[in-house]
Amino acid sequence: MLSQAKAVTTTCPFCGVGCRLEFYGKGNQISHVTTPYDDPVSRGNLCVKGRYGWDFVYHPDRVITPLIRKTPQSPRRRTRAKREDWREASWDEALELVTHRFAGVIEKYGPDATAVFCCAKATNEDNYALQKLFRAVIGTNNIDHCTRLCHASSVVALQMAVGTSAMSNTASEIYDCDVAIVTGSNTAESHPIIALQFKDAIKHRSTQLIVADPRRVEMVNYAALWLQQRPGTDVPLFSAMANVIIQENLYNKKFVADRTENFETFAKAMEDFTPEMAERITGVPAEKIIRAARMYATAKNGAIYWALGIPEHTHGTENALSLVHLALLTGHVGRSGTGLNPLRGQNNVQGASDAGAMPWHYPGYQPSDDPKVVEKFRARWGRTPPVGRGLTTTEIANAWGTGGVKAQYVMGENPLMSEPNLRHAHHAIEHLEFLVCQDIFINETGRYADVILPSASFAEKDGTFTNTDRRVQRVHKLFEPIGQARADWEIVSQIAVRLEKKLGHENTAYWGYEHPSEIWDEMRQLVPAFAGITYERLETERLQWPVPSIDHPGTPFLFAETFPRGRGKFFPLVYQKSAEEPDAEYPFALTTGRVLYHWHGGTLTRHSNLDFAAPEAFVEINPADAPRVPCEYGSPVRVSSRRGSVVLRAHVTEKAAPGIVFVPFHYAEAAANTLTIDAVDPQAKIPEYKVCAVKIEPATLQELLDAEPLGAQIN
Amino acid sequence: MTEITLTIDDQSITVSQGTTILRAAQQLGYAIPTICYHSHFTAPSLCRICVVEVEKSRVLVQACSRAAENGMVVRTNSPRVQLARKLILEMLHSAVDLSAAPEIRAYASQYGADPDRYGENIERREIPLYDDNPFYLREYSKCIMCWRCIQACGEDVQWTFAIHRADRSFETHVATFEHVPIPESTCVYCGNCVQACPTGALMPKRAAWMEQGLDLKQLARVSNLDRREQR
Repeated sequence: MLSQAKAVTTTCPFCGVGCRLEFYGKGNQISHVTTPYDDPVSRGNLCVKGRYGWDFVYHPDRVITPLIRKTPQSPRRRTRAKREDWREASWDEALELVTHRFAGVIEKYGPDATAVFCCAKATNEDNYALQKLFRAVIGTNNIDHCTRLCHASSVVALQMAVGTSAMSNTASEIYDCDVAIVTGSNTAESHPIIALQFKDAIKHRSTQLIVADPRRVEMVNYAALWLQQRPGTDVPLFSAMANVIIQENLYNKKFVADRTENFETFAKAMEDFTPEMAERITGVPAEKIIRAARMYATAKNGAIYWALGIPEHTHGTENALSLVHLALLTGHVGRSGTGLNPLRGQNNVQGASDAGAMPWHYPGYQPSDDPKVVEKFRARWGRTPPVGRGLTTTEIANAWGTGGVKAQYVMGENPLMSEPNLRHAHHAIEHLEFLVCQDIFINETGRYADVILPSASFAEKDGTFTNTDRRVQRVHKLFEPIGQARADWEIVSQIAVRLEKKLGHENTAYWGYEHPSEIWDEMRQLVPAFAGITYERLETERLQWPVPSIDHPGTPFLFAETFPRGRGKFFPLVYQKSAEEPDAEYPFALTTGRVLYHWHGGTLTRHSNLDFAAPEAFVEINPADAPRVPCEYGSPVRVSSRRGSVVLRAHVTEKAAPGIVFVPFHYAEAAANTLTIDAVDPQAKIPEYKVCAVKIEPATLQELLDAEPLGAQIN
Repeated sequence: MTEITLTIDDQSITVSQGTTILRAAQQLGYAIPTICYHSHFTAPSLCRICVVEVEKSRVLVQACSRAAENGMVVRTNSPRVQLARKLILEMLHSAVDLSAAPEIRAYASQYGADPDRYGENIERREIPLYDDNPFYLREYSKCIMCWRCIQACGEDVQWTFAIHRADRSFETHVATFEHVPIPESTCVYCGNCVQACPTGALMPKRAAWMEQGLDLKQLARVSNLDRREQR
């Protein structure tokens, strides 16, 4: 319960920075939020989302009782529900229906006809419980979550080159850094508190910033050097920097000799990437590439930070590798203020991945095809978990349409906003036999569900989130769940018990959890990196995994002595074009991303006062391009790709480069992913959200006002 | 780093060069009152409540920003210091609404300041309430011009520069450029100014409404949350 006298502290539910929030109020009413000035993450500062964005908790549209469709849904005739299509149900009825339908699908088609989307907004414990339900009770590895859509290829690249998959250093180590490369990251809007630390280090210390981004994002204002590459040309850009570093003998020979392998082959491959060749492809002057290479290579401590502009490409793995190479060449790893730092998006995307919400990793990235690992989990769960690879998010969405997946469980995610080529995804979801969504609102995906299970928001449950720098942080319950809502781990456990019974293997795995700390304890016994983290320690400590033992202080930066795979590995790269490039018919390159005031699919922030700060979808277009449409600032325009079209307002701004337009992906009525292409990176299966070809035409104000979410027109 | 030794209230202390008198006194356990000073922000040395007496100095000096010097002899609570603090508090009370500044009112009783010393006929800072954005209220008749908000918005935290000091002398107040409403300014609603405000001149809207005793339904209505229909 809240009071004005003593704050309840918890962790911010929005981005991966993971600021500590102190909530004040009365009973179950939050009055305001502060953050401690001595907090190692926030350093006393918040952004608008953490400060004011939590009022979605009180939105009248919150689902607070279980809901079941009045008309039973059947494959291929599944419809998008309106408000009146639902009826309230008891928990018993809803859980029984979910169990019954899942058991039916499993018995008829086998466990691999089911799939689950875990949730990067939910706690580690929620995700662990959910993947355990699917592995230990149902028996499928078709388990994934939105990490597939954000940093999947960063993870693959880091696994290949160094053998791990997280930020190597702590974000606030920027203060120890001389030269930081920030690329594919609109840090000031997407990780605002990390951006504040960047600004502070740049303005008040001697840190220099190199921004590589096609858009004139806010951090460009603070940069010593801005490399404005064309979208999708990251490999030539960063490989040309590697070329310069090798040619000018600026690489760290001792580090390369002692800690890396495959350098010779790599160096040979880099010979092609001259700065002049890169200039032709990327549009960045060769002289700037050379300067950037020298700055980074000669820095005492150089760090690389990147966000989704790097991985979200059909060659995202290569993009990330081209960055990893720079760090391996210069030895800018293993010290404070250096490192390879993919800035994670969601508050708990790191944690959900750690907790095993992945199709080929059990909790703690333990491979699901290693017999020793399988045996370890069998011993704990009482049944042999499924061996081998399951389907990824993108493959699952495809399998809806082809009949491979018949029953889908969605916890807190919104694939019908976040999948690429949404029109296709909308058609595919209609083929499902059964869909259950567990959420606090009925979002775009929930509208197609058979059952909605009302879950407790972050404010109404206990647990842990793991932030972008691997810091496991407590989530404290502020007040009891609103209405009949229940914590996700509780709902999952209740389904597990019922399903085990129905499938005839009652009481196999343990499901008697009474508090999330018990789930955490189970997880830390199975995951060596978490072994030393306990709820007790988290009350006073802010531990960064790996924490192998109870007296271990945590690990602010990785790779000090060695890489998890032994030696860091170089990979020869070649330049590959994006799947779809602008042409005469679709002359603009579209790139997508976020705005400060909204969160991803908008399930939360569009139910918050934040929506009043950024109520409308828009497309950013360069002033030089505006006459080609033609449009002015604020004109309604239609943006179309080969896959669909949306109507929104034009923002004519220098922020967009000539020929490149930007649409944020938060707005259901103008969903950017209607336009994006579903081509994926072959290794990481991540879609190419950051480049596709579009055309822009004037639209009428009426068309703008009539804009509705996909599928709404059909009903 | 060079170390220096000074005397504070008859106690000797050695600190590194550059340490402020305030920090040195805090290390000795002396509580010097502060209002505009905040450890997170650049000390603006404005309110003068932290003044101390330094031997051989003609005027009282501000402890928050003045660096300690070798051989300095400091008195943190002499009668002259107490009188100055009392006067500052009485003058603040005479012009500003301090109803939401419990710390300053506590100082007033500590130093025996009479809030009504200058009577009722004195000019007060009366500026209308600005309710121009979805997240916070600005009530500058409660503002003591401590500058924390301006620093939070500017070079100490956010580098947004949405607000600055407008006008001169008694009329000086915090404002957006050209007095535009907040939504038309460069404000990004981070609220770091609101958290830093010591007098409740900046107030999160929900907190203000709850203070007025609004219930859950009313809160949903005034916060616009129930106006948005489900699509």
